[in-house]
Amino acid sequence: MSDTPHAPAPGLSAPADIPTAVPEADEHRRVEELAAHAAKEGVRTGPFASLGGIGGLGGRGGGSGGGRGAGALRHLALVIALGILCGIGAVTKGSSFATTSNMVLILSLAAVIGVVTVGMTFVIIGGGIDLSVGALIALASVWSTTTGSQAQGPAVMIFTSVLVGTLCGLLNGLLIAYGRLVAFIVTLATMVATRGLAEQLSDRKSQIVTADTFLSIAETRWLGMPLLVYIFAAVVVLGWLVLNRTTFGRRTFAVGGNPEAARLAGINVRLHTCLLYVVSGFCCGIAAVMLTAQANTGASTHGMLYELNAIAAVVVGGTLLTGGFGSVLGSILGVLVFTTITDLFILNNLTTPIQEIAQGAIIIAVLLIQRWGRGRSVTT
Amino acid sequence: MTATADPPLLAMRGIVKEFPGVRALDGVDLEVRAGEVHCLLGQNGAGKSTLIKVLSGAHHPDAGELLWQGEPVRLSHPTAAMRLGVATIYQELDLVPGLSVAENIFLGHEPASFGVTRRGEMHRNARELLGRLGHAEIPPWKPVGQLPAAAQQVVSMARALSHDARLIVMDEPSAALAHDEVTNLFRIIRELAATGVAVVYISHRLEEIREIGDRITVLKDGRTRAVGLPARTTPTADVVALMTGRAVEHTFPRRPAPGMRKGGPEVLRVEGLSVAGRVHDVSFSVRAGEIVGIAGLVGSGRSEILEGIYGARTPLAGRVLLGGAPLRPGSTTAAVRRGMGFAPEERKSQALLMLESVGRNITVASLSRYTRYGWFDRRRESADAAQQIAAVQLRPDDPERPVRTLSGGNQQKAVLARWLLRRCKVLLLDEPTRGVDVGARSELYAQMRALADAGLAIVLVSSEVPEVLGLADRILVLREGRVIHACDAVDIDEHGVLDLVMEGSAL
Repeated sequence: MSDTPHAPAPGLSAPADIPTAVPEADEHRRVEELAAHAAKEGVRTGPFASLGGIGGLGGRGGGSGGGRGAGALRHLALVIALGILCGIGAVTKGSSFATTSNMVLILSLAAVIGVVTVGMTFVIIGGGIDLSVGALIALASVWSTTTGSQAQGPAVMIFTSVLVGTLCGLLNGLLIAYGRLVAFIVTLATMVATRGLAEQLSDRKSQIVTADTFLSIAETRWLGMPLLVYIFAAVVVLGWLVLNRTTFGRRTFAVGGNPEAARLAGINVRLHTCLLYVVSGFCCGIAAVMLTAQANTGASTHGMLYELNAIAAVVVGGTLLTGGFGSVLGSILGVLVFTTITDLFILNNLTTPIQEIAQGAIIIAVLLIQRWGRGRSVTT
Repeated sequence: MTATADPPLLAMRGIVKEFPGVRALDGVDLEVRAGEVHCLLGQNGAGKSTLIKVLSGAHHPDAGELLWQGEPVRLSHPTAAMRLGVATIYQELDLVPGLSVAENIFLGHEPASFGVTRRGEMHRNARELLGRLGHAEIPPWKPVGQLPAAAQQVVSMARALSHDARLIVMDEPSAALAHDEVTNLFRIIRELAATGVAVVYISHRLEEIREIGDRITVLKDGRTRAVGLPARTTPTADVVALMTGRAVEHTFPRRPAPGMRKGGPEVLRVEGLSVAGRVHDVSFSVRAGEIVGIAGLVGSGRSEILEGIYGARTPLAGRVLLGGAPLRPGSTTAAVRRGMGFAPEERKSQALLMLESVGRNITVASLSRYTRYGWFDRRRESADAAQQIAAVQLRPDDPERPVRTLSGGNQQKAVLARWLLRRCKVLLLDEPTRGVDVGARSELYAQMRALADAGLAIVLVSSEVPEVLGLADRILVLREGRVIHACDAVDIDEHGVLDLVMEGSAL
């Protein structure tokens, strides 16, 4: 993709001292600014007691994946990994890690990628892959922040973003399910093309959002928790319900686990496969609204490498990359592991290269633990 | 056995091989001399494939001994068999389509210096081997995938020769070949035999065995029924009798007398069904409460008929009527909605969700029934699953149990339960007892009859003729994709069916 720095449009450049307005929508920058913003706010400090809560989340996730036993162990590995990370945080930067504001920060960091990961979980359980999610976010954010869109007001901006994401997902789905093309290649192609279209639309410039109502999506807090985190939570709950409590969810497992058997059982496998990518695109549209509000801009560089982060979180969360088995809660635990790492590195002022090395190492470590666990509990 | 001075090239004595629930080989003897073409005969399930796999080192026998030129040997691994000089040409050719002819021939033992293939030498040797087989015209550089089936067969044989094979096993080599290609295959086999190579030849076609074979060994139910019969002079009736006489008789449920069942309305009607290359102009109808059995050899189009009816394959021509109204072709969703159920041949890859529980495998075709206002009623789902498990006597009766831990018979019951729950009117069963042990078979038979008595129309395909005869009310005999005979089951016996499918001659 382009390495060209995004020159803010003349006359529109935001004051440098407002941390949320980041003209260069660079991902690492965004995260660090966000962290600095939270630190500056200096919210109430105190020992954070929600570790047990996270553990409980993992415990419930055990029964949700469609297979018992192995599921609990998968999530156990993740909960342990989270525990170790929190231990590291408490030891290295106890005073700033174990605070409510820091925990809120971790959840805010997790919100956008978390929503994308829910969609990705559906696609992967259904036996597919979606590499285009990051680029879809970029396109949705750019399209919803064009001068024309912004003139119509925040409601239209949100609608545009979700619609663009959903339609791109539909295109992916049609090509894969009815064009009978390989998902990896189709979404690779749409990833490149959509990112290009986003650059074309925005002329590679960051489009500053002017509507305050829209920006308030990122700034509103209820009970000390950002609205973004509530959106994230709502998408997770909805995703969990659809996957575990609806026909659609059950068919997703069937289609991913054995498409031929699903077809012979009378399930319309093509239609279902297509819909999975629509779900993923829809989630990208929502994520784009959140990211645009958070970064205060629409930019074609939004969502860089989100596809890899989302896939990593899904796989670390215990979902089989071959489809047919997995859970939303595992994926969310995966997201939390990665955002906690990010948080730890910010607090300890470590550089992003080291953070990336650590992330890679953790992916491998968690997968090895899961492989070891599955080798004992599952006989093939 | 004949007393020769030299020990035979290969002698297998009392070979036993058990799989969970099935005794595939139960004391098999086989003796092959150098330079002979030895034919192995037996019905499907008689143990031929297992015996070949033991011989090629893919399976280890649980008991029995293997003598190579009089010396006891252990084939612990396929490479050990290859080193002895045993090469196997399987029914499905195990060639890599993207690699060239020469690369396929020398796959795994490429002539190379320091890891770099000596292509010139490889192509020269390949050409020489192909020349020996009378097919010097096959270019060594051509990708195997672009060759016709007959030429691929020659490449397979060249590969066997490249290992200096002294015993070549051919599993139904003529199945994919046209008539003149078979003639050429026989010429090659005769030339190989003349140079002292032993050939174990497996085929269902008796006329071929008469033409090419020297001696016959007949297998049945995992046992040797006859050793070393002269291939040309043994009467056909004797061979068929050896292949058929049952050692284990299954108990088939009583069927209603032909006069009793004619009353049921016609549920399924197939008119002029053709499936590309496999099925030609097949028509029949099935009444409620009736079981129609289709008998035929592997490759006769048995499975394709069912897949064509069900919409798993889009038929070239013809139509399927359910209760008088035509069914949309090529859509399994439409078939299921109209009340059809299908238990496919490959249970694990085509029917079951191996990652899921028994209960979920049963309900997968009826999911929409449990959704109300978008909410999935899991309690009702598991209650229904438990009820069906009881109905088909599936054991253990735990809906939560992973389906992969069940035996073949119970997995098949889960598939039956799936369609029972769906309350289908027409049930298509493809090899319903494959991989099911003897005890569970009788139980499945009883259930199929009970389903028919309850008013279902059943189409049954099986490679085991006694099963079709014992269970069905009417029989269709299939040969090369055409129905060559149709009659009431009581009017034909196993002998008659086998004659029809093997010789093509009418009774």
